[in-house]
Amino acid sequence: MTLAPERSPERAPQQPSQQPSQQPTTAIGRLLPTTGDRTPRGDRLVDQFELGLDAPICLTWELTYACNLECAHCLSSSGRRDPRELSTDQAKAVIDELQRMQVFYINIGGGEPTIRPDFWELLEYSIAHDVGVKFSTNGVRLDKERAAFLASPAMNGYVDIQISLDGATAEVNDYVRGPGSFDTAIRALENLQEAGFGDAKISVVCTRQNIGQLDEFKAIADRYGAMLRLTRLRPSGRGADVWDELHPLPEQQRELYDWLVAHGENVLTGDSFFHLAAFGDEDGSGALPGLNLCGAGRVVCLIDPIGDVYACPFAIHDDFHAGNLLTDGGFQQVWQTSPLFQDLRSPQTGGACASCSFFDSCRGGCMAAKFFTGLPLDGPDPECVQGYGESALAAMNEAGGRVVPAASQDHSKKNPTRNQPVMLQLSRRPADLESALTPRSRPVSACAESPLAGFDPGTGPIGGGGGCASGACGC
Amino acid sequence: MSDAPTGTPTGTEPVTVALDEPWVLSPSVALRPEPFGALAYHFGNRKLTFLKRPELVRVVEALGEQPDVAAALAAAGVPETQWQAYAAALTGLARTDMIRPRHAGDDEGAAA
Amino acid sequence: MAKPEETVETQTDLSADMLIEEVSIDGMCGVY
Repeated sequence: MTLAPERSPERAPQQPSQQPSQQPTTAIGRLLPTTGDRTPRGDRLVDQFELGLDAPICLTWELTYACNLECAHCLSSSGRRDPRELSTDQAKAVIDELQRMQVFYINIGGGEPTIRPDFWELLEYSIAHDVGVKFSTNGVRLDKERAAFLASPAMNGYVDIQISLDGATAEVNDYVRGPGSFDTAIRALENLQEAGFGDAKISVVCTRQNIGQLDEFKAIADRYGAMLRLTRLRPSGRGADVWDELHPLPEQQRELYDWLVAHGENVLTGDSFFHLAAFGDEDGSGALPGLNLCGAGRVVCLIDPIGDVYACPFAIHDDFHAGNLLTDGGFQQVWQTSPLFQDLRSPQTGGACASCSFFDSCRGGCMAAKFFTGLPLDGPDPECVQGYGESALAAMNEAGGRVVPAASQDHSKKNPTRNQPVMLQLSRRPADLESALTPRSRPVSACAESPLAGFDPGTGPIGGGGGCASGACGC
Repeated sequence: MSDAPTGTPTGTEPVTVALDEPWVLSPSVALRPEPFGALAYHFGNRKLTFLKRPELVRVVEALGEQPDVAAALAAAGVPETQWQAYAAALTGLARTDMIRPRHAGDDEGAAA
Repeated sequence: MAKPEETVETQTDLSADMLIEEVSIDGMCGVY
């Protein structure tokens, strides 16, 4: 499944500052504009992180692709359990390794991790082995008993909980997450508050439909003694299918940025909005709090339910596959020696963005957002606030050269259940897997006028990918 | 873990670290050495702090065993001309509860 | 830009931010 060339198993992990400048060897590495340098550009934390670390700071671990919900925008296309899921013992072995590597904490997600029967056992095991746990959940299993357990001293303060909520009202939320999902999330928040669990997180994916509800989201967080977390929608997983309808309009990005500047002191963002830094001054003073760093393959990564390791949870695709911890010698071996990760652990130059005065602020945006909209990785983010992304998409559509990579995998439920969100009912997905893997047309709506003229993003499909042989998307 | 008489720092109180005081790494903190210094992660407030100099890492590691900050600085080989700067850095760590005041009777239980 | 290995033996103008830097763990992109 991996496109990475064979790597020598005897290669010892080297400290970043000792490695010589290297040419990229992987498909993604060749497409990314990097210097190949291994010396830090400064003495800031972000400069060290840019070169990667010998162990992640934290990582996302999707424990299962099974889920009780069928959210329209699911980044992991979850719904059905993969029969090759790691066993309980295999998962504990991974935790042991993470402890040895001193990974500070893991963010357990999925699918819905709490529907794995051994979830609570793995949670306790992880905490007992000095690996903190944050888990992302729709709240379905957080009854009063579970809430009391989570709030108990046994958790020793090592547990953090992120409840997913994508609307401040049931109407907005359930449209993408399914009927009853708003109530489930609120009930979970109530139970946690009642049990004395302080500081749960409400995690919101910002969309065209909910950006007008930011004050209401904050009010919900305050009401339940929780902290608000706003994150960026990426066109990943099923998100690719709903991107055109759901991604924020340019003026909404401005609204979000302004709101975060004014009210965001106690609001987390996971640093997912560093592309909005370009709304501020060119000197970078307008950047939102955070490192403005893509941590993928450098300080964070994804472990998926079957032990595959990817650069990040928004990039579940063959091209971003670093290895498999079962077949490639364990997680540490993959983290330290994967050619993909080596290629990512170098400062990025701007590529086509190099001449933009905001590049230092926005860092060219999100790799996954570019990849899954068919944009070149050395050019603008599709949501570039200067409008370069819109222009790039329009130009590629006109030239007929924009190819959107098909998903490498799809774990969606074969047949919709009563939890199917209204959004998906309106545009039914193909029932058979094969047609689900062929490229879908992805018209780009010209929602905003581009201020640019004559910007040439380059044309042609990006390399690698999952087999987009049937041609360009119709627009 | 025992709290300071004035309560556990919340990150907003004007705590300062003085050279003649005994301090200790908080039990909620994991200290991970790196080639470039160390990363300290606080499991309670989820702050991540980058300790940029190996000398500072040695100071922080020695805090719990030395009678006071000055002794820890000396043991780590920090030149006296820099002690005020290091004390300011330690104050920064104190304000996020990375390090805590140490009291008589804490000594046996110094943080790992 | 400062070199990481700059000598500090005689440095008397050391400031706290040359010694520590703090960030929120939620402050780098790539996890949920």
